[in-house]
Amino acid sequence: MHSAGGTPAVEAVGLVKRYGGTAAVDGLDLTVRTGTVTAVLGPNGAGKTTTIECCEGYRVPDAGRLRVLGLDPATQAATLRPRIGVMLQEGGIYPGIRALEMLRHVAGLHAHPLDVPELAERLGLDSCGRTPYRRLSGGQRQRLALALAVVGRPELVFLDEPTAGLDPQARHATWDLIRELRADGVTTVLTTHFMDEAEELADEVAIVDAGRVIAHGSPAELSRGGSADVLRFSGRPGLDLASLRAALPAGSQAEEPSPGNYRITGDVGPRLLATVTAWCAQHGVLADRISTRRHTLEDVFLELTGKELRS
Amino acid sequence: MTGRHTPRPGAAPLPRMIAAQAALETRMMLRHGEQLLLTVVIPTLLLVLFSTVDLVDVDGERVDFLTPGVLALAVLSTAFTGQAIATGFERRYGVLKRLGASPLPRWALLCGKTAAVLVTLALQTVLLTAAALALGWSPHGNPLSVVVLLLLGTAACSGLGLLMAGTLRAEATLAAANLVFVLLLFFGGVVVPLDEFPDGARAVLGLTPLAALSDGLRDVLRDGAAMPWGDAGVLAVWAVLALAAAGRFFRWE
Repeated sequence: MHSAGGTPAVEAVGLVKRYGGTAAVDGLDLTVRTGTVTAVLGPNGAGKTTTIECCEGYRVPDAGRLRVLGLDPATQAATLRPRIGVMLQEGGIYPGIRALEMLRHVAGLHAHPLDVPELAERLGLDSCGRTPYRRLSGGQRQRLALALAVVGRPELVFLDEPTAGLDPQARHATWDLIRELRADGVTTVLTTHFMDEAEELADEVAIVDAGRVIAHGSPAELSRGGSADVLRFSGRPGLDLASLRAALPAGSQAEEPSPGNYRITGDVGPRLLATVTAWCAQHGVLADRISTRRHTLEDVFLELTGKELRS
Repeated sequence: MTGRHTPRPGAAPLPRMIAAQAALETRMMLRHGEQLLLTVVIPTLLLVLFSTVDLVDVDGERVDFLTPGVLALAVLSTAFTGQAIATGFERRYGVLKRLGASPLPRWALLCGKTAAVLVTLALQTVLLTAAALALGWSPHGNPLSVVVLLLLGTAACSGLGLLMAGTLRAEATLAAANLVFVLLLFFGGVVVPLDEFPDGARAVLGLTPLAALSDGLRDVLRDGAAMPWGDAGVLAVWAVLALAAAGRFFRWE
């Protein structure tokens, strides 16, 4: 299903979009391969939604080159729109319309839509099908917006924070649907604040900050970058760190940040753990509270984008 | 792999999209309680109340004076007030934006809205005509002139309503559209004849779309005039100006 060559589903080069004097998107490069799931991560105000809205044809970029399914969204929107599915951050649904009525309506705007009752059941919308939108819960609204994005059997779907505010069940139902989309050859671009979501679903992750992509790769590739993993343990204070370092594999570090608390960085795996406990046994040390912590996408994300709060 | 989602994109045929949008907009309009109060209950009550109770001085039968004005008011309530408020909130809630990403072209969305306005107006006209006939109304004139005036009035009111909805905040549209409705109800020649106002005010009020429409309808339906070109001209100018401005300034988000 993954076409290696061919036209990318999305290709942005040097994309710029300014609001007033500020550049919300500032020289962004992004390539989305056909048939993959790409997660766009970034702090609030990083330019994720603006980028997606340029792809959807809502915003006209000020500079750069943008092609979606080989088309220019700014000038070829009429050709592009039937081929894409869109889930906005805010519903975009008539307050007085019933859930199934809206789904049926959008299905009717497409030539070969999905079966509406089946899709509604998949996303748990059948029980609230006759409820007006304004009386739906947050989770039901999200699921309806997701259903609207996929009902027209698009080639490419844009999901802006698809699981924000969902309970775990609905979150997993959404993930299952996205996996099915990929299995059937649909390309998905989603934005999210949940690192586990990106790790779980995405073939490619693009981390965006200040309007640019600052890191790009598979979740595993990104997690391997940045600072190393950590093993911690407690023991009696003042252990011989030089001897410990000598026992460890190359590239590892050992230190005692506070008396009796030891911290070892490096490639934390079964071998390192065995080495440390063997060294402790040799030196008559009962290692207490041993913990290992492998580097996660979240660590990479925070390292790259900093910890201060954003707007 | 289920194959269920295997891409098979495409827009539905245009006539089917427009018909679906028109049907949806009409259902939403007729389902909306506040809207029905404005478009059905108020004009009907005004017709019944002012025809049966001697509240204002008019020449001839009260129902013959009132019915054309109330029909004009029905146009204002649906094409202007109701449409402005509904569209303003659809814009605010991102409905227009969301549908903008669907295969439905924007002009087709507006066709759907116009169709909904026309269907609602047809129902209002039937209802108000029946009520007026029951109250002893005897209409005159050429029905074709009446239809032309109603359509010109609808075009003018729709243009103004969409201009307001597409440029102001939804709350401002809500307030302003209701205010205009109430002001024109009293100062637009519907229940109070324009002759009751001083000359200067009368000249200005006569140029409002509602006064032009109610005056034109009255010329035909009460006085049997062929085609009141002056009033039709005023409505046509409003329609052209308002629709052009709406086309130019309407913001979808």
